[in-house]
Amino acid sequence: MTLPWAEVVEIAARSLGVAAAATFLAALVGLPLGVWLGARPRKGGLGAQVLLYAGMGLPPVVVGLVFYFLLSRSGPLGGLGLLFTPAAMVLAEAVLAFPMVAGFTLAAVRARADGVRRLVRGLGGSERQVLATLLWESRRPIVAALAAGFGAAISEVGAATIVGGDIRHHTRVLTTAVVLETRKGELESALALGAVLLGVTLVVTAILVVWGERR
Amino acid sequence: MKRILLLGLLMGTALAAAPLRLATTTSVNDSGLLDALLPGFTQETGIPVQVIAVGTGQALAIAGRGDADAVLVHAPDLEARFLREGKGVAHACIAYNNFVIAGPASDPARVAGAASALEAMRRIYAAGAPFVSRGDNSGTYHRERALWKAAGLEPDDQPWYLESGSGMGATLALAAEKQAYTLTDLGTYLFMKDKVELAGLYDRPDPLMLNQYGYMVVNPERFAHVNAEAAYALRAYLLRPDVQQQIGAYLKDRYGRSLFNPLFGRCKVEVEP
Repeated sequence: MTLPWAEVVEIAARSLGVAAAATFLAALVGLPLGVWLGARPRKGGLGAQVLLYAGMGLPPVVVGLVFYFLLSRSGPLGGLGLLFTPAAMVLAEAVLAFPMVAGFTLAAVRARADGVRRLVRGLGGSERQVLATLLWESRRPIVAALAAGFGAAISEVGAATIVGGDIRHHTRVLTTAVVLETRKGELESALALGAVLLGVTLVVTAILVVWGERR
Repeated sequence: MKRILLLGLLMGTALAAAPLRLATTTSVNDSGLLDALLPGFTQETGIPVQVIAVGTGQALAIAGRGDADAVLVHAPDLEARFLREGKGVAHACIAYNNFVIAGPASDPARVAGAASALEAMRRIYAAGAPFVSRGDNSGTYHRERALWKAAGLEPDDQPWYLESGSGMGATLALAAEKQAYTLTDLGTYLFMKDKVELAGLYDRPDPLMLNQYGYMVVNPERFAHVNAEAAYALRAYLLRPDVQQQIGAYLKDRYGRSLFNPLFGRCKVEVEP
């Protein structure tokens, strides 16, 4: 292993930070949208559902490329100077995590919507209480939705490379570091970084699951 | 979760003290040369350098959109075009080495005995021996295509001609697995030599195989935000005699020869707009 341990920790922390921020942004929009779409009384919103499910297959390199053009100094948002920064990676990965969070939330809420509505309405509850109950009753699958979004963000390499640039001490994350070490022929380092990546994903997922079960 | 978000955003801004962004080729980065040179520069000037290591074609594309402050690449004609298009200024020749044709030690196409680089390419073609091309618009790919062209050959539709689409290190590994020939820069070849089973078969001073690294400042008149001061500072640093000597000495002990030979700013191949 040629990489110093301190640098591995730094890279892993950055990976975690970027993916967590991306998941947070995705959840900020995706959770309310998923609940709203899933709770609608009659069918409809089918188009949105199709888009969300298809979005789970968004190719990261294409998302990265779109953000590259948007954020480039010669692009429409070039004035922000965001290309090749962690913030650019957060944005691109949030777009990749968003369909996971919104789509799985939608599916979970829809499966419970009719039963919960009948029950809450029967007890004299309002539509707002229907939504609150739905959110509560769907908390476990919503944790799965968050875990899926986080997994999509942290494991992704195409967009991270294009909008991040794999700059050492700045935008290098675990996945881009694995690519770099492989390119250098340092296969053992690459494999070790891969193991760290799996470890980080495992720990974060475990925390999410325990959190979902306990509440 | 919020705290992690904050941490993520802070990491984005913490290093914003006017860093220099250098778009460069994988060969100078993956061989560790920049990691050996740049800390000295940062220590002297306080300017942190952010290195984006991609192929020469992509490095010039990134810089050509104003997304880097300087480039260090190895394709003199592409550099000349970059200057001509007004995207770059202050070209300087930093170092050179040579390209190497690497291949299986058994050398079925008898490349090792070729009298010239063109002869070597013709022998590979005639033997129909597997050849791995970068296929990625990198400086090395650019040179490989120029060699085929100069030899009057068109390998594109040949079944033995493979395009890897990846960096030099990965391409060497692929060539080793396929027992194929490939064109590589000397630096990456020496650096990877112990990790892949490939022999350096055509490795001679030959003007056609000259591999020259050039530095350019991205034109600040074209892109107002370019950190030109830092880009000129790095240019001066790289050309300084003691740093040039450091370039020549890099890993020389380990390999018995220089991975990169200093040029002290004097180009072997002129790069004129």
